[in-house]
Amino acid sequence: MDWVKEKRVILLKTIIHLCSFLPACYFYYLAIIDELGSDPVESIIHFTGISALNLLLVTLLISPLAKTFKHAWLLQVRRLLGLYAFFYACLHLLNFLFFELQFDFTLFIDEVIERPYITVGMLAFVIITTLAVTSFNFLRRKMGKSWQVLHNYNYALVSLVCIHFFWSVKSEIIEPSIYFIMLFILLYQRKDKFKRWLKR
Amino acid sequence: MLIKTKRSSELSENDVTDEKVYKERRKLLKGLGFAGASSLLVGSGLSLNSFADEDNSSFKTTSLEFAKTNAKQVTDKLTPEAKVISHNNFYEFGAKKDQPIEYAKNFKVDPWQLKISGEVDKPFTLDYDQLYTLFDLEERIYRLRCVEAWSMVIPWLGFRLADLIKKAQPNSNAKYVKFKTLYDPDQMPGQSNRYLGGGIHYPYVEGLRLDEAMNDLSFLSVGLYGKTLPPQNGAPIRLVTPWKYGFKSIKSIVEIELVTRKPKTTWNKLAPNEYGFYANVNPEVDHPRWSQASERRITSGGLFARNRIETQMFNGYGDDVAHLYKDMNLKRNY
Repeated sequence: MDWVKEKRVILLKTIIHLCSFLPACYFYYLAIIDELGSDPVESIIHFTGISALNLLLVTLLISPLAKTFKHAWLLQVRRLLGLYAFFYACLHLLNFLFFELQFDFTLFIDEVIERPYITVGMLAFVIITTLAVTSFNFLRRKMGKSWQVLHNYNYALVSLVCIHFFWSVKSEIIEPSIYFIMLFILLYQRKDKFKRWLKR
Repeated sequence: MLIKTKRSSELSENDVTDEKVYKERRKLLKGLGFAGASSLLVGSGLSLNSFADEDNSSFKTTSLEFAKTNAKQVTDKLTPEAKVISHNNFYEFGAKKDQPIEYAKNFKVDPWQLKISGEVDKPFTLDYDQLYTLFDLEERIYRLRCVEAWSMVIPWLGFRLADLIKKAQPNSNAKYVKFKTLYDPDQMPGQSNRYLGGGIHYPYVEGLRLDEAMNDLSFLSVGLYGKTLPPQNGAPIRLVTPWKYGFKSIKSIVEIELVTRKPKTTWNKLAPNEYGFYANVNPEVDHPRWSQASERRITSGGLFARNRIETQMFNGYGDDVAHLYKDMNLKRNY
């Protein structure tokens, strides 16, 4: 079993690559040939958005898991999950711009400014982009302590994405509410950390 | 008599995905379990149910005969039938677009009763067969503009709402027409399960001003694409008001009541700042959360179909209906 122990990070990363990348390929394939529901644009926007949120929640799940089960090595896959969340967030935004608004850039700017839920989504996108760009090891070393401060914005990011989802629906609020509950549970694991921040 | 002529705008068979292929895909997507929290939630009861129904074929429709059609006047390309019947907002059968076709397939439409009552001299009730025989059916190809900024072009079959109302002889107190959808939680899972039903109040109620209802465009549909309506599209009888957003076109109607006061309508009650009583298609009045200036027309073609078009005032039916609102502030009465 030493072999598994040695290679477990690579194994898990391979699984993450397969589970994150292949569904995107498959969904885009169906959408392009017009087999993803009647309105492939709506379907693909929803799929990429919800996938980004799912992955973000998984990133928040890693450290409680690692702590509870004493598997510190799990922390090594957090960045990959975060980057896939960024990947889906990019697709989500590009879908909106290319396929929903179909390159109407003025409309895009108007929507970002005028529609609060899109503003919130855009703000989340700015944060996740910053986190993704600064995720390289050499930048992490270079940034020292401020890196951790910056990456704590992950909590704000996931919260904004949940708000964005909740705000986007017409009346079917149960599903986004469940996401809020999951978010709350994951943030609650870190209550001591937040208390410390408040004390300072 | 059934007249089957091929229109230039009509798609040939191979443009339309076979229904079976569509269903296979849907199953496949569900199998992937990539539907977010929803797949966890629908719960074992319902998913077991759909399992049991899997080999059960879909709802059976029958062909209808009609004498008149406006096909010659219509230049828009039709939305393929497979899309018309699988992309539905009918929260009684699930708030997601692909749920109604699934959850409505065992819906019982026969026997049915449609009651016309209220401020009328001759109230009456129609049974299932009368819906198809009371008036000569005609085909009306209409654009359908959803408030969510997508649209379709659908060949409906039915008769004028005005003809039905005249038959009941409204009295002078009749100012509005109130419509009600069937309330039957046993058959309509959205009415008993808040998750499926999307949190709106049931029964669904819609309304029109009497002069809107008497307009020639106001149509009661009992079929589409030459056949009786499938339940996800509002079987056995639904309203179609093509110059208004789709949510006004109430489905599976059991009651049409002539009333004196403006009826309280479902979406208007739920979010009055977002959904007005009139709900006329208007590119100049945005939904608070999205623009109504343009729309995506759903026809065939996948992700790369350039289908965004400008939304027209009254969905392009201004010649027929603009006079109804001539002294009204449409920004305030949205």
